[in-house]
Amino acid sequence: MVADIVFYLFATITVVAALGVVSAKNQVHSVLFLVLTFFTTAALFVLLGAEFLAAILVMVYMGAVAILFLFVVMMLDVEFSTLKEEAVQYLPLGIAVGVVILIEMIVIITQVHVEHDGMVAVAGEITNTMEIGRILYTKYLLPFEIASIILLVALVGAIVLTYRVRKRPKQQNIPKQLARTRAEAVELKKVASGEGAS
Amino acid sequence: MSLDHYLVLSALLFTIGVFGIFLNRRNVIIIMMSIELILLSVNINFVAFSSYMGNIDGQIMTFFVLTVAAAEAAIGLAILVTFFRNRATIDVEEIDTLKG
Repeated sequence: MVADIVFYLFATITVVAALGVVSAKNQVHSVLFLVLTFFTTAALFVLLGAEFLAAILVMVYMGAVAILFLFVVMMLDVEFSTLKEEAVQYLPLGIAVGVVILIEMIVIITQVHVEHDGMVAVAGEITNTMEIGRILYTKYLLPFEIASIILLVALVGAIVLTYRVRKRPKQQNIPKQLARTRAEAVELKKVASGEGAS
Repeated sequence: MSLDHYLVLSALLFTIGVFGIFLNRRNVIIIMMSIELILLSVNINFVAFSSYMGNIDGQIMTFFVLTVAAAEAAIGLAILVTFFRNRATIDVEEIDTLKG
């Protein structure tokens, strides 16, 4: 009973926050709503018995991805009001498509009954994290390694895309200045009268 | 609390994500956030099935979805920053240099 109330509470917050993401006037508010959505979803994962994924969601999504979005939103000085003006024009089409997709999905979900034995309790000594670790490093070892390569490629790709060589302003090179001697810096010339130095 | 509750919640999130792409179809940042919402709904589905079927594989799959989503966000935002630097806009309609 308590679990039901907790589920409905978090589910409502998730849906409201998701609506906030797509409809907020200010983009910073959108990102903050996204953080709220991730957090309540992490709470739902705890309710489902997936504690490790909930922790990963909080750390990776809220700590890294959402902050990345926040940085980009604040870094790009875009006038959002001009981008928002035409939004109303697409509202009826968006609602139509959304309602159709939602109705189709709910029909399928309620018609097809999946056989299951209720929520499976965590078996004895083995915690969720231990279970994931055991299967991730045995059965899914190759996909795990490939995932690491994907992350490496993304890291290198992001740096390559955003890196630019900028022209340095002229700077003083003090050691070079101090290393100059009188012999190489000054030259005495004999200038013939009426001809000038070459 | 049955499996259907989680599936309906996930369907709702997915729909909001699609709706967000339609509503903000000129702003790339909001479109990317909508894609994150869609991926999140997929993750909820995976974890709910994993939990109710007593099979941990679904949670492993969520890991890979998270990995790819993080990589996608990083690359997408990097492209966006580069584009904004060159054109001083993030309007989707303006991204048409490759049009034949």
